[in-house]
Amino acid sequence: MTPSQTIGPFFGFALPWPDGELVVPAQTPGAVRLFGRVLDGKGEPVTDALVESWQCDAEGRYASGGAASWFRGFGRCPTDRDGAFAILTVKPGTIRVADFVYAPHVLLTVHARGLLKRVSTRIYFPDEPEANAGDPVLACVADGAQRATLIAAATDEGYRFDIRLQGDGETVFFDV
Amino acid sequence: MVRPPAHDPRSPERRVSPALGPPHLHAAYRSTVLRAPSRPPLRIPYGPGELARLNAATLLDVRRTSAQAADLTRQHAGDPIGERIIVEGQILDGAGRPISGALVEVWQANAAGRYAHAVDQHPAPLDPNFTGAGTCITNEQGRYHFLTIKPGAYPWGNHANAWRPAHVHFSVIGNAFVERIVTQMYFPGDPLLEHDPIYNALHDERARASLIAKLDLSATVPAFALAYHFDIVVGGRAYG
Repeated sequence: MTPSQTIGPFFGFALPWPDGELVVPAQTPGAVRLFGRVLDGKGEPVTDALVESWQCDAEGRYASGGAASWFRGFGRCPTDRDGAFAILTVKPGTIRVADFVYAPHVLLTVHARGLLKRVSTRIYFPDEPEANAGDPVLACVADGAQRATLIAAATDEGYRFDIRLQGDGETVFFDV
Repeated sequence: MVRPPAHDPRSPERRVSPALGPPHLHAAYRSTVLRAPSRPPLRIPYGPGELARLNAATLLDVRRTSAQAADLTRQHAGDPIGERIIVEGQILDGAGRPISGALVEVWQANAAGRYAHAVDQHPAPLDPNFTGAGTCITNEQGRYHFLTIKPGAYPWGNHANAWRPAHVHFSVIGNAFVERIVTQMYFPGDPLLEHDPIYNALHDERARASLIAKLDLSATVPAFALAYHFDIVVGGRAYG
């Protein structure tokens, strides 16, 4: 495999897309905001990160499995001066592949200056306790406090998911 | 999705480039100190074939580009200053098969070592005829092709008298979530490479060498532009 190198501080004129935050078109019924902040080991905002998401549609379908052509399923958002990002999406459905069943989740990647390779995590949903309890990936995270870093919080503004790169409450990241 | 078999006689060593990526923490690169996760990433214990099946079933199409985006020398009214170069290569999956329809995005400094970015305060001239951002979709053979200007070296604040070697930033998105990489392409013979903490965060010599483009005279356009060849292999552990 080709080794990664950092995205550096200067991607801002090249990688952000005007519609990068729209995982689904703006008027999609059931569209919900998914937002949060990226924080470093001192709890300071990471103001030069690029956050990317990857998910299925509300019925658990990807482009390869019959999702509508307007469903991109991919989001891209640079963080702002508060380390904040937001995407507009739909809550994903349960994913079934062969005999495997995975609870609704969004794959999330962070690139930033100081990250020599991307970090990757998974956003699960607080209103899916049953599906979460049966999810084979969440089951790998034995520590309850660590597992809690993977569950978004439901708020009036949508689902909130903060990413702590290091230190207290450090988000669980996965090897991909 | 069925991919054609691998065949690229020019650079077979690219396909066996080592999986030895950088660590998260490399203190010589100061920005890693507060940003590197303290725990190693969790390895999901997939069953036999589970990850391959999962990848094949969870594909997205994120292709997007604009006309002329692969020619970075024709984005403004005039010719940019600097040495015109072709940068081309192939995007391969972990089994050595070309990935067609991959999105390749590049960004870079101009010939004077200055980015068209507000954060860059290096007192070198901006070039009104060069932005330094391009996009390309790989063809059926997984090939991409850019025409650009050779970027200059530039100073940065990591340590006293720190200079980055000349490089082109690459972002590649294939069809699967695992087929995602952000990396940097360097130039052969650059004397700054041995002093660069980002490049040297790669502890394996072959890993470092795999980020250095090759001068390719066969792809050079005589009396116009030299060509550099740079292949990228993505896919992580999905391909064993």
